[in-house]
Amino acid sequence: MGHHASDPNKIVNITIDGVPVSCPETTLILDAAKMAGIDIPVLCYHPDLKVRATCRLCVVELKGQKKLKTACSNEVWDGAEFITNSPAVRQARKDVLELILAEHPQDCLQCVRNTNCELQQLARDFGVSKPLFANQPKQIPIEDSNGVIVRDMAKCVKCGRCVEMCQEVQTVGAINTAHRSVEYEVTTAFDRPLQDSTCIYCGQCIAVCPVGALYEKDDTEKVWQAIGDSDKHVIVQVAPAVRVALGEEFGLEPGSITTGKLVAALRRLGFDKVFDTDFAADVTIMEEGNELLERMSHGGTLPLITSCSPGWINFVETFYPDLLDNVSTCKSPQQMFGALAKSYYPEKAGIDAAKIVSVSIMPCTAKKYESARPEINSSGYRDVDVVLTTRELARMIKQAGFDFNKLSNAEFDAPLGISTGAAVIFGTSGGVMEAALRTVYEVVTGKELANVDFEGVRGLTGVKEAEVDLDGKKVKVVIANGLKNARVILDKIRAGECDYQFVEIMCCPGGCIGGGGQPWGTTQATKEARMAGLYQADRELSIRQSHKNPAVKALYDEFLGKPLSHKSHELLHTHYHPKHK
Amino acid sequence: MSKINKLISGNCGVICPDCTEDYVKAGGYQGLKKAFTMKPEDIIGEVKKAKLLGRGGAAYPAGSKWEQLLEIPEFPKYIVINADEGEPGTFKDKILLGQDPLRVIEGMIIAGYVFNSHDGYIYIRGEYRAIQKVFQSAIDNAVKAGYLGKNILGSGFEFNIHIMTGAGAYVCGENSALLNSIEGKAGRPRIKPPHLAEVGLFLLPTLVNNVESIANIPTIVLEGGDKYLSYGTKDSGGTKLICLSGNVVNRGVYEIPFGVSLRDAIYDPQLGGGIPNGKKLKFFHLGGQSGPIGGEAQLDTPYCYKALRNAGLSVGSGAIVVMDEDVCVIDYLKGVTEFFIHESCGKCTPCREGNKQIYAILCKIAAGEAVQDDLVILKRLIDTMTIASFCGLGQSAAVALNTCWKLFKTEFEDHLHKKCPAQVCFTEQERGE
Repeated sequence: MGHHASDPNKIVNITIDGVPVSCPETTLILDAAKMAGIDIPVLCYHPDLKVRATCRLCVVELKGQKKLKTACSNEVWDGAEFITNSPAVRQARKDVLELILAEHPQDCLQCVRNTNCELQQLARDFGVSKPLFANQPKQIPIEDSNGVIVRDMAKCVKCGRCVEMCQEVQTVGAINTAHRSVEYEVTTAFDRPLQDSTCIYCGQCIAVCPVGALYEKDDTEKVWQAIGDSDKHVIVQVAPAVRVALGEEFGLEPGSITTGKLVAALRRLGFDKVFDTDFAADVTIMEEGNELLERMSHGGTLPLITSCSPGWINFVETFYPDLLDNVSTCKSPQQMFGALAKSYYPEKAGIDAAKIVSVSIMPCTAKKYESARPEINSSGYRDVDVVLTTRELARMIKQAGFDFNKLSNAEFDAPLGISTGAAVIFGTSGGVMEAALRTVYEVVTGKELANVDFEGVRGLTGVKEAEVDLDGKKVKVVIANGLKNARVILDKIRAGECDYQFVEIMCCPGGCIGGGGQPWGTTQATKEARMAGLYQADRELSIRQSHKNPAVKALYDEFLGKPLSHKSHELLHTHYHPKHK
Repeated sequence: MSKINKLISGNCGVICPDCTEDYVKAGGYQGLKKAFTMKPEDIIGEVKKAKLLGRGGAAYPAGSKWEQLLEIPEFPKYIVINADEGEPGTFKDKILLGQDPLRVIEGMIIAGYVFNSHDGYIYIRGEYRAIQKVFQSAIDNAVKAGYLGKNILGSGFEFNIHIMTGAGAYVCGENSALLNSIEGKAGRPRIKPPHLAEVGLFLLPTLVNNVESIANIPTIVLEGGDKYLSYGTKDSGGTKLICLSGNVVNRGVYEIPFGVSLRDAIYDPQLGGGIPNGKKLKFFHLGGQSGPIGGEAQLDTPYCYKALRNAGLSVGSGAIVVMDEDVCVIDYLKGVTEFFIHESCGKCTPCREGNKQIYAILCKIAAGEAVQDDLVILKRLIDTMTIASFCGLGQSAAVALNTCWKLFKTEFEDHLHKKCPAQVCFTEQERGE
């Protein structure tokens, strides 16, 4: 009692295992221990989420006190002496781990997280060779009926990270904890299947799950089969955020730009053509930029909100269906690509569209859901046949057995592999906005942009506002990074208190670099590195504005006519509908 | 020294519970009237002098708790009364709530006045539905008589009381879980710090007191802290409502001054009246399922916070469950553990999984299937749960077990050899009789 808010400017002196540490009073014991070179084990703790302190693995001893303290939830105070390796601490931690393991199926060999599981790592570190308790996992059937997210709740360790993510970060509230004691579990309202919940398939729950309880529906076998079918022409598109994250699966630093190796790997896997979603991102800018100008000049519904992020689309349909008219009619780059891949491409390449299998590699789980939407398929075929996450692609490469890191850089195939710097930054929050501004400015003013870098829209801030002067005409734009922040803007729009013309909303915090399909272990720091990678890739490209993409120009000249043409509307635009949940 | 002192329970069963006139006739609202003439810090001064320790079980000094809340500059502040009396063997708040609710209300108004708080919540356990009606009627009558609502007794002070009902979760008796429950959230405890005084109900500064604690306030204000202290011992002021149950002749609630011995509490004809049927005492369980178990050797301990603590025991809620020689310790502990398996909120690992594993080992012991290693693991679990659980529930779930472990170690060992001194476990054949 009598505890008062700690002061970040007050430096306190403590010791941890006898090692003196000076740190701000607001430092968690966990972080102070890191400063002393001591790694405290955690399970329910995640650096980007609200602390829950429920697993009790990170307990430490406060000198002179019997009851242990959780290092993840307690801040330090002047003069405190912590012991992280006393017999009591070691025993408590091990018992906690054993108690979790007693409930766990321990089928590591069959688990998607094998060798990449936080529980497995802990078990290894703690040396749990002789179990204290009998292994009695609950028999809970695996839920995989939604085609996107698989829930194997028998493996759940009840850390609650997914709940924190779904409730507090994404404000979706599809899952929560229910019941008590031994019945305590993470579940949906009334224990219904995920597709009957408010789930938007963003996969952020998967991204923070420490074990194999949550993962994407694995579609790699479908792709292997298509590749193995000589009658099929299998093409692949890769989203921008994949190229700065895939390397992590092969031991590279987050943010490493692996575009060349990625293309080489896809070719090696046997895809007939390796294309780039970035091409379609440039097309998206042409369509969406013109849609914005059209709405601004003809009194259309404003602000215009971007529609690239399928998790966001699911969110607006579920929670803000009244604002659907604000959402751009443009399909996402994945689906624009898909529509062109089975119309423009076969025409140009002289291939029977019926034989084309179109695969996309996405940092996203909601893309799987999107590709199956009836309202989004317009080529006469299914536009995108299979969507794989970054993780699934890594799995295929590992199955194929070649050394990713030793591959020589290769180039995307033309024409659907030609793209610009504007497109590559689609992979990060603020990127779509910046790409649009780079084009809209020049279309409206007829002038060349002296500097294409719009620094004001970059970064991981929750809400980013900017004003752009289009030759005397001011355009106010805003970017929402993640859905909690999206609500802030959407509520303003609803209340009529908003004077923005253009809004970018990305479902996942950080944008696609933080997508639900990215390599496990993603944190804010990982996202920052990936973001830096994308901006570097942008700088290194010779063309950095979508309307200057020669392949896009050719597409309009040869096939679509002009942006927002009848054919564009047929292939590249769609309408979404309220979801009643 | 008299072994009964009805300082706060004198009206119980005597006056019409919800009748303001009766309550006033019996001396009610004198404390409130006096409080209105005093400064808040002076009232707290009396509470501190009284050495009133929290009667819910934690025995936190009420005066300090009040002082801390008074220092916090944010408003509004809330007064919350924990009437989620869920400890098995505890039924003393029930008496106050049902038979003298106006005393509880008076205490709440005084607290409201001290903290300039205008809203008080009383969280009454769901099982006390009938009592909730009585309490509501008492609130309504107090409002009509001008003791609640706007401008109480012409003082200009406004205070309102809202009844919130629990839904049967023991863990909601944990103060932060209780506040979550009032807020409409799942009743699971919160991380502390921040403490509830700072970030309490609806994230605002909040006082959470037990029913019995708050019922003492009018007396402390009226008679003064020194006088109140003198009713008890040097360190434990006043009286305590104890709940006698189990194998005891006179089951019920008694208000005793601190300092009466456990032996008197159980055996004195005015109080427990001894063990029925001439049986011998096996043990007594203090303060509810989360409390310690004591035996014959501890009977002469005075019933007060300090002496009990020194004897490895505690007051807790005031429950005294008496068990005679026919009770098997292992069998009894199985029941205790089953209770915690049912009542754990489930969010932290040691409590959620630990109780379950403890129960499994106790069942093995009771079935004569346990080996020495099981006892080792049992002891480990007791320690881990006690020092590593999230909240008081998990931390104290193994207290009964731990105290029995010390008192009846041989009985644990005996069961390994299929011997049950109370002849509860095993068949005659198994026992080799």
